[in-house]
Formats: sequence, C-alpha cells, structure tokens
Amino acid sequence: MCGIVGLFLKDQSLAPQLGAMLTDMLITMTDRGPDSAGIAIYGGSETGRAKLTVQSHSPDADFETLAADLSEALQDQVLIHRTDTHAVLDLASEKLAAARENLVAHHDSVRVMSEGESLEIYKEVGLPKDVAERFDLSGMSGTHGIGHTRMATESAVTTMGAHPFNTGLDQCLVHNGSLSNHNSLRRKLRREGVHIQTENDTEVGAAYLTWKMREGASLGEALESSLDDLDGFFTFVVGTKDGFGVVRDPIACKPAVMAETDQYVAFGSEYRALVNLPGIEEARVWEPEPATVYFWSHNDAPTSQDKAA
Amino acid sequence: MQLFDLEAQGLRALNATLHEQAGISNQTQWEVMNPRGSHAIAVGLDAPIEVNVKGSTGYYCAGMNQQATVHVHGSAGPGVAENMMSGTVIVEGDASQYAGATGHGGTLVIKGNASSRCGISMKGIDIIVHGNIGHMSAFMAQSGNLVVCGDAGDALGDSLYEARLFVRGSVKSLGADCIEKEMRPEHLELLAELLERGGCDAKPDEFKRYGSARKLYNFNIDNAY
Repeated sequence: MCGIVGLFLKDQSLAPQLGAMLTDMLITMTDRGPDSAGIAIYGGSETGRAKLTVQSHSPDADFETLAADLSEALQDQVLIHRTDTHAVLDLASEKLAAARENLVAHHDSVRVMSEGESLEIYKEVGLPKDVAERFDLSGMSGTHGIGHTRMATESAVTTMGAHPFNTGLDQCLVHNGSLSNHNSLRRKLRREGVHIQTENDTEVGAAYLTWKMREGASLGEALESSLDDLDGFFTFVVGTKDGFGVVRDPIACKPAVMAETDQYVAFGSEYRALVNLPGIEEARVWEPEPATVYFWSHNDAPTSQDKAA
Repeated sequence: MQLFDLEAQGLRALNATLHEQAGISNQTQWEVMNPRGSHAIAVGLDAPIEVNVKGSTGYYCAGMNQQATVHVHGSAGPGVAENMMSGTVIVEGDASQYAGATGHGGTLVIKGNASSRCGISMKGIDIIVHGNIGHMSAFMAQSGNLVVCGDAGDALGDSLYEARLFVRGSVKSLGADCIEKEMRPEHLELLAELLERGGCDAKPDEFKRYGSARKLYNFNIDNAY
C-alpha cells in the first residue's frame, strides 16, 4: 500500500503551519503505511548556503564533532543543527561535493538523507506519529512539503528504505506502488555510474530520474520518460525547490486525490488525508489522470493543471 | 429521521445499527454526519431503508448493498457500491475507481464523473453516470447496463460479455472485442427508462450502443468441452 501526502502553499501566510498541516495528513495515512514514515520539507534557502541532511544510528557519537571535523577538513565553517537521529549541516554551496566526499571517506556511519539549498528530509522506521514526534515535524515551516507512510513490499524496513528519496539537489521522490523492473534498471544505472545504495525499488525510480536529468532532461521530461521505462505500479509525487509534481502510471490503480483552493494545492492517497485542511469543503477536488504529468511551481503563476514538458 | 454522527459514534456502531434494521425496522430514514472520507460506510445493508451520507466517503461505501437506498452527498472513494445486489446508490459528486464493480443488481447513479474501471465485471447492475468515465470501464462486464452521458476513456468494454454500454459522448478507444452496435427500438426504450431512473436530462437518440463482438475465446463454440 503506502500513503502519500503533499502540500504546496500558494498563500505564504500559511508557511508557519505547513509542518503542522502535513503532520496531520501524514498521521491520517498511518494505516496505509505503519512501517516507516518520512517528510521532505522546503524551508527556504539562503544565497550561497547549502543544507546537507544526514542521519546516524549512533547520533551522539557521530554528530558530536562532525561539524568541527568538516569545518577543519573543508577549511570553511560548517554549522550543525541536530534533531534526534538527523542533523542538518549548514555549509557553503561550493563545499557541498567536498563535504559528501569527506563523509564517505571519514564518517561511514553517517548517511546522507538529502542535499540542497532549501530541502531537508527526515525519515525513520516506526509509526508516523512517533516519527513526527521525534523530529517535531509539526513545528516546521516552509513553502511546500511531501510526506510518505510506508508499507514495505519490495525491500526491508530500514531507514534507508523509507521515503522520500533525494534525487538531486533540492529534489525528492515518494512512491506508492511497486516497480517490477527495478533489478535490471539498477544494473543499467550502476553501469552508467549512478550511485544506488539499497535493494529498494523506489530508490531505483529516484536514481532513474536523477540520471535522466543528468543527461539533460527537465524534471517534467524525466517524469514523462519514466512512463515508458519504469514497469510496474506507481503514483509518484516529486518535490523540487520551487514546486511539486504528480504522475501516475497508465493503469493508475494506486489511489490519488488532489485538492486546490486559492491558498494551496494538496495531494493525498485518500480524501481522508485532506479533510482537516482549511476550506476543504469549497476546494476543487479531483483525481489526477493516468499517464499525465502535473506540476505546480512557485515561479509561475500557479495554474490548476500545468502539465510539465 | 435518525441522526448518526460517524465521528462521535464510530464505523462499527454505524454498520451494526444499520444491519439491525433488516426485517424489523420502521426507522427508514437515516442521516450520517461527518463521514470525512471514512471507509466502508453503510456496507452490507439488507433492509428497505434510506441512508443519507452528508459528505464524501472513502473506500467501499455501500458495498454489497441489498434493498437499501444509500445517497452520498459528496464524492465517493474507490469501490462504491461494489458487488451491489439490489437497491439504489446515488453519488452526488464524483466516484473513484471501480465504481459498481461486480454488481449483481440494483442501480448506481453517479452525478459527477466516474474514474477508471467503472463497472468492471458487472453482473446485472445498472450504472448511470451523468459525467465521464475513465479507462478500462466495463472490463469483462457480463450483464446489466452502463449509461454514460459524457465521454468514455480508453479500452471501453474490453473482453466484454453481454452487458450493454450506452455512451452519449466520445469513446477514446474500444477494448478488445467491444464494438459499436445498432441502436434498435428496444434499446431506445430501455435507455429511456434508465435515463429517467438516473435523473438524466438526455435523450436516448443522442447515445451510441456498444457491446460484445463475441469473437474472443469463450465465444468460439469450437472451444467448448
């Protein structure tokens, strides 16, 4: 099964409540995915600075000197903001690649959850309400965010198997469904030099999008071609720095409901996830069409069904 | 009229209460408040009662219905009126995928649009949709009538048996073994009754009829044992 929720704010006065609204939506989707939960939140960016969200199973030991170690290695100030098993490293954008290399070389028990200027990803094994509490998700603010509750089918219940997956700078993917050609696609992508860490099918979907965009495709184009190259069932919700997108496979048996008002665009695997949103009674509520890419962006005037690519 | 607050009293209590009406009840009017997209509202009813659900529902609303009239004053999630035997289910808004799936009898009226797989494997139910229907509708439909006042999506009536399909608008594509058929007087008469039952403001002669070409494996007498 799995549950997906997403919220894109048109009215930025709601930004301080984004985390609270998403958390409520996420917890409502617990019975679609009680194994693990995660959230990607776009909290805003600062010019020239990047965020590297990392996770560790022994955070006390791993995070204690991490910022100091990285500052010294990179010859530049790295700040750390720890929340439970996760920490956001705040560093200069041009030091991002070096920081990742340093983590691989010297801090192998620290795993990267996401990298970007605005994006932070928090995910762990456990009931959505417990995960939300550990990271105080309801206290977070932002412009848009995506959440996922996982019922595992294709790989083990682990932190790295939880969603969202980071696909590139400030990009993330969540998935409801199962991909059936993920093994062959994983081999192909690895030959292309794409780094894939787990046996999880969604990570392959995320890596596929990363690879397509590395080859020059826009996110919209990458999503369009995923309809041809990914075999299986999927409803994907993707996040970017400026917006979020939705695509369903042509069979479209994985559920999806969207709602739009003057204040927001919301996604839920079920209508239940949307019932507490402000003004939902008057919202335009519909099901996204199969094999159609939808996208909303803060950069453009938001339109109801702006299809990318 | 009996009021039932689903949020306060819970789903099991609602369905148990409605099941208790079978055969004995003089409480024929029920109103369900705060459905909030909950699953399995008013399933398995078997009494000539009317249940008005004041809002949108989740999965499987009014599934396995017999005799009862269930009226959803909102939109319905996947599988509304699934395997209905008799009675009437009315959805004021849209219906999600596989509305009326496997239904043996009764009438399902959807006043908005229906999503994919509407009437999949229908076995005698009449489904009347005021708007459009999605892809793979009436897949392997065996018996009954599907009336669509708007358009139909891809692969309408794939592997169809003997259900009758009437569509007023366009059909994006027909499924395997589904063909357009002649609209004869008896079909116009049947359709007029269905449109009236569904409260549709449409004329029978605006529709086209689709049915099985009876060419697939099961229809070939040489394949009989």
